[in-house]
Amino acid sequence: MSVTVEIERKDSQPARPEWVCPSCKRGARSADVSANLFVCPSCGHHLRVSARERVAQLADRDSFDELWPTVRTLDPLEFVDLEAYPDRVREAQAKTGLDEAIVTGTATIDGSACVLAVMDFGFLGGSMGSVVGEKLWRCAELAAVEGLPLVAVCSSGGARMQEGILSLMQMAKTTCAVDVVNEAGSPFVTILADPCTGGVMASFAALADICIAEPGALLSFSGPRVIAETTREPLPEGFGTAERNLELGHLDAVVPRNELKARVGSYLRLLKGGDSPERRTARRSRDRGKRGLAQAAADRARALAALARRSSLRRGREAAEPAQEAPAREETP
Amino acid sequence: MTVEIARHKDRPRTRDYISYLIRGFEELKGDRLRADDPAIVGGLGWFGDRAVLVVGHQKGRTLDEQTVHNFGMARPEGYRKAQRLFTLAERHRLPVLTFVDTPGAYPGVAAEEGGQARAIAETMLKMARLTVPVVATVIGEGGSGGALALAVADRVLMQENATYSVISPEGCAAILWRDAGFAPQAAEALRPTASQLFDLGVIEKVIEEPRGGAHNNPEAAAAKVGEAIRAALAELDQVEPGERRAQRRERFRRLGAWAEPDAGGTVLSAIPDLGP
Repeated sequence: MSVTVEIERKDSQPARPEWVCPSCKRGARSADVSANLFVCPSCGHHLRVSARERVAQLADRDSFDELWPTVRTLDPLEFVDLEAYPDRVREAQAKTGLDEAIVTGTATIDGSACVLAVMDFGFLGGSMGSVVGEKLWRCAELAAVEGLPLVAVCSSGGARMQEGILSLMQMAKTTCAVDVVNEAGSPFVTILADPCTGGVMASFAALADICIAEPGALLSFSGPRVIAETTREPLPEGFGTAERNLELGHLDAVVPRNELKARVGSYLRLLKGGDSPERRTARRSRDRGKRGLAQAAADRARALAALARRSSLRRGREAAEPAQEAPAREETP
Repeated sequence: MTVEIARHKDRPRTRDYISYLIRGFEELKGDRLRADDPAIVGGLGWFGDRAVLVVGHQKGRTLDEQTVHNFGMARPEGYRKAQRLFTLAERHRLPVLTFVDTPGAYPGVAAEEGGQARAIAETMLKMARLTVPVVATVIGEGGSGGALALAVADRVLMQENATYSVISPEGCAAILWRDAGFAPQAAEALRPTASQLFDLGVIEKVIEEPRGGAHNNPEAAAAKVGEAIRAALAELDQVEPGERRAQRRERFRRLGAWAEPDAGGTVLSAIPDLGP
């Protein structure tokens, strides 16, 4: 009897799970995790996602047109630490299939057209070097010129040290880019994803009109380790998390991944201002009616103008005065 | 290691330059929200014959002073004080002079929870929007974002022994070499000296210091700094206010090094020639 029990237990034991949540340690099928937007089906832990995956989740189907994919970093400092900088970049490119730590383009999100910039933490920790700064600048300029909103998904460990002072300067450059967007009146929304720290957090990521974060994301200027080492202060429970930042007034909302698209879409519609989509539809049908009236009015005006021209020409001839200028004036409006 | 002169305990601080260069300095304190941060000093005074706003990091010299000034590491209150002073300068059409001398923004729990990241970002944005002339001078350590927050300027000047870097050599070594002992190697690799930054196009001028460093003759050092600021202001006076903001943006826009092989085969780079 005891033998039977043992066999039964062996048979019913689930196979080693394909995927184990780093947070709750429970298992799941990989397909279920990816279908759940890379959020743990058991505990809701938000995994980091690549820029490509993020674009697929956020942009409407087939709406993303990538821009400037080949802008590449140089090695201005000829920087070598344990490895040469160009080698680190090549490895990151091979690993991620991206040329740099940010993917940019245009898209619609829940029906609203926008310029979209998405950072990839997998590419050298999403660090901001010259290319991230330059592509973000181009996004800002495009948003300003085309009157489109700018949406940026920020996930970064900070400035790219291997570009030295030039990486620090990208904080100022992206801040100036925000100035360009603000001046044009284009809406600007940032989504902060785990982790968003250092130079990105202390520049464009913090300067959006609306600034939201994913649950559990670490958001800070200095990392927890640096704080602990420098100040020897004990870190309070939940330090630097999105939830704590919301409590402290640094965020507009903490939004779970499966709601991001709808929320960003809602923000974009609201920031566009004016009438609600329902009212706009109603007005469009009313306008169609109005267009008919306007057309009739325009036709009438043209007929009257022609009549006036003829009569003034006649009057001109009768008065034996050159009347070329009068009709020209009448035509201008 | 150049960092040693930049961090020298007797190196003149912001207040020293104020006392040498600014007549009738009226210090203005407080962020108008909750506190005054002694790590950033600000106020009005006369530079030559014109009224200016001065804002700078203050480190202090004796241990007591350094403690009061938190070694020049500002908290969000300090950056918010700077912001409200920039607003004041803009309203009254006063040129802005900043002095940069900080190891970095303070990495404490209260500072973080008080919004350190946004305080830095908003200070930069405030500077970017000014239409009055803005001249920043790096006089000691230009440590990362905490330094840059006061240096989004039309002209960035730097004393020859000052340093300006994205991260401290120690911090960089700890991360990239996984051992802070490699700080000298990191300092070399980061190219944080004034002449290196000039070559990278990040600063407009290297200001000469007395032999051995500014601490050997603070008065002479200050005279050189004053001369350089005066020259920079004279140039900026030639520019229309609205144009100054556009040019400042353009100044930061061109900073960086990148290539775009597919864009008609052209390679774009802000740095014309880095040399061998």
